[in-house]
Amino acid sequence: MAEHLLEVRDLSVRFHTARGVVNAVNGISWHLDRGETLAILGESGSGKSVSASAIMNLIDCPPGEITSGQILFEGRDLLTLGGEARREINGRRIAMIFQDPLSHLNPVYPVGWQIAEAGMAHGESRHDAYARTLELMRRVGIPEPDAAMKKYPHQFSGGQRQRLMIAMALVLKPDILIADEPTTALDVTVQAEVLSLLEELQEETGMGLLLITHDLGVVAEAADRAVVMQGGRIVETGTPRELYHNAQHPYTRKLLAAAPGKGAMRQADERPAPILQVRGLTKSYGAFTALKCADFDLRAGETLAVVGESGSGKSTVARLILRLEEASGGEALWKGEDLLKKSHRQMAPLRRQLQMVFQDPTQSLAPHMSVFEIISEAWAIHRDILPKARWRARVTELLEQVGLQPEHADRYPHQFSGGQRQRIAIARALALEPELIICDEAVSALDVSIQAQVIDLLGRLRDELGIAFIFIAHDLPVVRDFADRVLVMQKGEIVEQGPVTEIFERPRELYTQRLLAAGLDADPDVQAGRRAARLALAG
Amino acid sequence: MSSMLGKRAVSSFISLMVLIVLVFFLSRLTGDPAALYLPVDASEEMRQNFREIHGLNDPVLVQFGHYLADLVRFDFGDSLRKARPALEVVLEAFTWTLELALITMALVTAAAIALGSLAAFNIGSPLDRIASLLSLIGASAPDFWIAIVGIVLFSVSLGWLPTSGTGSVWHWILPISVLFIRPFGLILQVVRGSMITALGSAYVKTARAKGVKNRPIIFVHTLRNAMLPVITVIGDQAAALLNGAVVVETIFGFPGVGKLMIDSILQRDFNVILAAIMVTALAIFVMNLLIDIAYALLDPRIRT
Amino acid sequence: MLWADKFAFAAALFLMLMLLFAIFGPALLDGVASKQNLRARNAAPFTVERGFLYLLGGDALGRPLLARIIVAAQNTLTIAAGAVAASMVIGSTLGLIAGYAGKTTGEVIMRLADVIMSFPSLLLAVIVLYMLEPSIGNLVLVLAITRIPIYLRTTRAEVLEVRERMFVQAAQVMGASTSRIIFRHILPVILPTLLTIATLDFAFVMLAESALSFLGIGIQPPEVTWGLMVSQGRQYLTNAWWLAFWPGLMIILTTMSLNLLSGWMRVALNPTQRWRLELGGKRNG
Repeated sequence: MAEHLLEVRDLSVRFHTARGVVNAVNGISWHLDRGETLAILGESGSGKSVSASAIMNLIDCPPGEITSGQILFEGRDLLTLGGEARREINGRRIAMIFQDPLSHLNPVYPVGWQIAEAGMAHGESRHDAYARTLELMRRVGIPEPDAAMKKYPHQFSGGQRQRLMIAMALVLKPDILIADEPTTALDVTVQAEVLSLLEELQEETGMGLLLITHDLGVVAEAADRAVVMQGGRIVETGTPRELYHNAQHPYTRKLLAAAPGKGAMRQADERPAPILQVRGLTKSYGAFTALKCADFDLRAGETLAVVGESGSGKSTVARLILRLEEASGGEALWKGEDLLKKSHRQMAPLRRQLQMVFQDPTQSLAPHMSVFEIISEAWAIHRDILPKARWRARVTELLEQVGLQPEHADRYPHQFSGGQRQRIAIARALALEPELIICDEAVSALDVSIQAQVIDLLGRLRDELGIAFIFIAHDLPVVRDFADRVLVMQKGEIVEQGPVTEIFERPRELYTQRLLAAGLDADPDVQAGRRAARLALAG
Repeated sequence: MSSMLGKRAVSSFISLMVLIVLVFFLSRLTGDPAALYLPVDASEEMRQNFREIHGLNDPVLVQFGHYLADLVRFDFGDSLRKARPALEVVLEAFTWTLELALITMALVTAAAIALGSLAAFNIGSPLDRIASLLSLIGASAPDFWIAIVGIVLFSVSLGWLPTSGTGSVWHWILPISVLFIRPFGLILQVVRGSMITALGSAYVKTARAKGVKNRPIIFVHTLRNAMLPVITVIGDQAAALLNGAVVVETIFGFPGVGKLMIDSILQRDFNVILAAIMVTALAIFVMNLLIDIAYALLDPRIRT
Repeated sequence: MLWADKFAFAAALFLMLMLLFAIFGPALLDGVASKQNLRARNAAPFTVERGFLYLLGGDALGRPLLARIIVAAQNTLTIAAGAVAASMVIGSTLGLIAGYAGKTTGEVIMRLADVIMSFPSLLLAVIVLYMLEPSIGNLVLVLAITRIPIYLRTTRAEVLEVRERMFVQAAQVMGASTSRIIFRHILPVILPTLLTIATLDFAFVMLAESALSFLGIGIQPPEVTWGLMVSQGRQYLTNAWWLAFWPGLMIILTTMSLNLLSGWMRVALNPTQRWRLELGGKRNG
């Protein structure tokens, strides 16, 4: 058997926590060859990052403990090497980049120094290290690299910061680059750029690339092979194509089934009267305009998706309509009455008709209140909805409606998983029997399989209760499955709006086309088509 | 940053003005100085005369007007007690306090950062436990009691150190040691905590993944970040010391601004009280400025 | 954790004992503690020939120190508790207003806090002492005023942070009134922080009271506190160290217990903190 560049054999790692021993990974094995891209695919808690941490000697022992296994790098077992030998390998032979580059860059030092440090830590002269830094910053596409070297991490955008991390990793031309969720917090168009940069660099240097991700699209776009992890074990290994078309393990199949963007699109039926008419809605902060003259209608029972990248102003729309912020201009007519002109007192009774589900259920549920208190607060505020004697029964009913158990009512938010918390948030919104629910990135913080369940739930509520939705998202496939009409935003302006079929099949605007091409699909063949489209648009 | 500075200067000035007005009028509620400065058997005529000389017979509002008019010309009035310009008396005392505060804070800062960092690198070690215990005792100890016990032990029983005064280096040891304890306990706690946070941060992980050695990780990557919250606490503690350590200065007979303050209050020496308040307020303003500059030097996020 | 817990437990026990002293001490021992006994003047500690009340020695008038310390616990703790409660209630109310009301109101309240912060507390004590009767209530007043800014600033900072949290916005979306948001959503979240600070501050106020009494502008005899006992014992330092030593030791033990307890409270009684801890554990995966 030929020797692999990097091989993990039967690795088991456990952590000693306050709540007992947690087995993070259990006897996992995989290998990586030169010039190859291996993806480790898994949801949160699957242990997908643990082997990378073990390779880089980043597991603190205690509380961590490596109970079995070997990590063979060019035939040497890293786990038996001393600290100094491991340090020599880190950065020089194996380099790593992380999710959330902002917190992984030191905030108080210039980025040029931080990149050059990777060279200097391994004995390169200051002059050589800085020369190489400049070259790399140019290579990864940082504008004005000379000036940029002296800047600090907070002065760059998210995508640029990840490029800087990549430059830092490549200073010493490592044999292996480990990328832990490198594109997770980035916008789709930026994600596509970063992934293709990684691919180009890999072709130039011939390094092995280990890509840790939760995103099937990233696997389809970038990986040669993938291992699927669940609960600390590898459940399946194969090429993206094999996995997509011929998944063996039920978990892989479940993941694939949960991937959004494959169902039939909804046909928007023209209902008679709009319930919400937004005209010329504008918000500026000093000289900066977050939202410019937005015009759109929402019909009763309709689902309107608002999509756009960060800074597009899509959340501002929601916050202005719900009066969480005051608009600078325009009107929002709810059944003919302008919400923006209401005093806070006049607004209060209207609020029960308009509800909101926030992105992060961990933060949108008060930590000190029980689920019963959270849901029943709606009726304490709007006293005419329900007499106090019926609160308990109604909470039970609502919990069942969103797929939770009646006995969950007396627990506190931190005792639930992310998906369950979002269900509680939905139940809270439903308690007021609203006609419109605004979902602000309501599923983007959730794992794919949970995301699918929550979308299912929302779809069911829409059909059963006839609630209208404004569904704010950056994730196009989710929108494709769920929306009636789509509104595309960029830099505070509405670029394009229309029925979902039109936007996805016949987008008119270049920006919409680029957005669609940048989105990643779980099907490697579809993804190959997207990639061609992306290149065509770029060229 | 300069606009923030201007705003701060204005709001500090307003606060100081309100403070001066309050102190001016309230301090006069404590009684008539004539009763203190003249013999008990002084005649009413002598008292009238005394009040007339020191302008204490005018209505309080008129007195205040005179005071403000003088203040504009940088005349802080005379001390009743010492019959010298109040500002001179205050500056003399303040110099002593400033020296005491600077030496103490320099020692405290060095010791707390060194021990706090060591404790943070060795969490749970005997050293860490000793540091925790020291900081607990430091933060809990009443300074006057420590001063008394110190005097009994080192001056009375052992006879190593003088009990009061400022004559030699030996005179400074006990006051500095007593003043050292509380800020040391508080700053040590903060250093340890913020160092632990910094060591667990994501950028340290990056540095380890880059193959940076342990020493630069600690001294280059974490220390500078960990110092940010520490600087604020150092500023607070230094401000407290600049206000004058009344109790310690009283016990050790140290002629600082704290002792001056309590003596002037008890002796109704109003001009000195007001001058002392203004001088210490200015000193604290300057010190906060220095803290801000240090903060901006350490953290580029403040600068841009 | 257990190491810290053991200490927190001991601290709680000690504070409980002090509380018992404070409640029952004066009723049981007042007569003994104020009875002068010329033969026991400055009696040395650690002898039981005069009875166990003289275990810690006798004071300058021959009164048993142990009894006096027990009796003084009442005044010492009452003053500190009163000052802490008053400053916490006033300070956090003002802080809530400053954090939730408009910018101007907030700014005015903050400047007020600045003025209080820089007003010399000694002068305040002297003014109150001259203007009003030197009583326990007035000492509480002085100490409470000087501690208001601590609660005011903390509360305001916390309110400004908490009011931007998602769950507060969620309540706004539901149409909750301002008072509901403040009392149901913001106050419960910041209360643990306030209580932790109050515990620490209890120790600080005790020290401040002792310092004032020590300087002669706090509590006046025949009332007695531990701080005053240290002050009275100071003149006998050279020949009877125990007069100042024991009450000082009581102060340091009590403040230390409070510091320990507040450290424990910060971790244990703060649901948001605990919540974050559990989250942090889950995220490593």
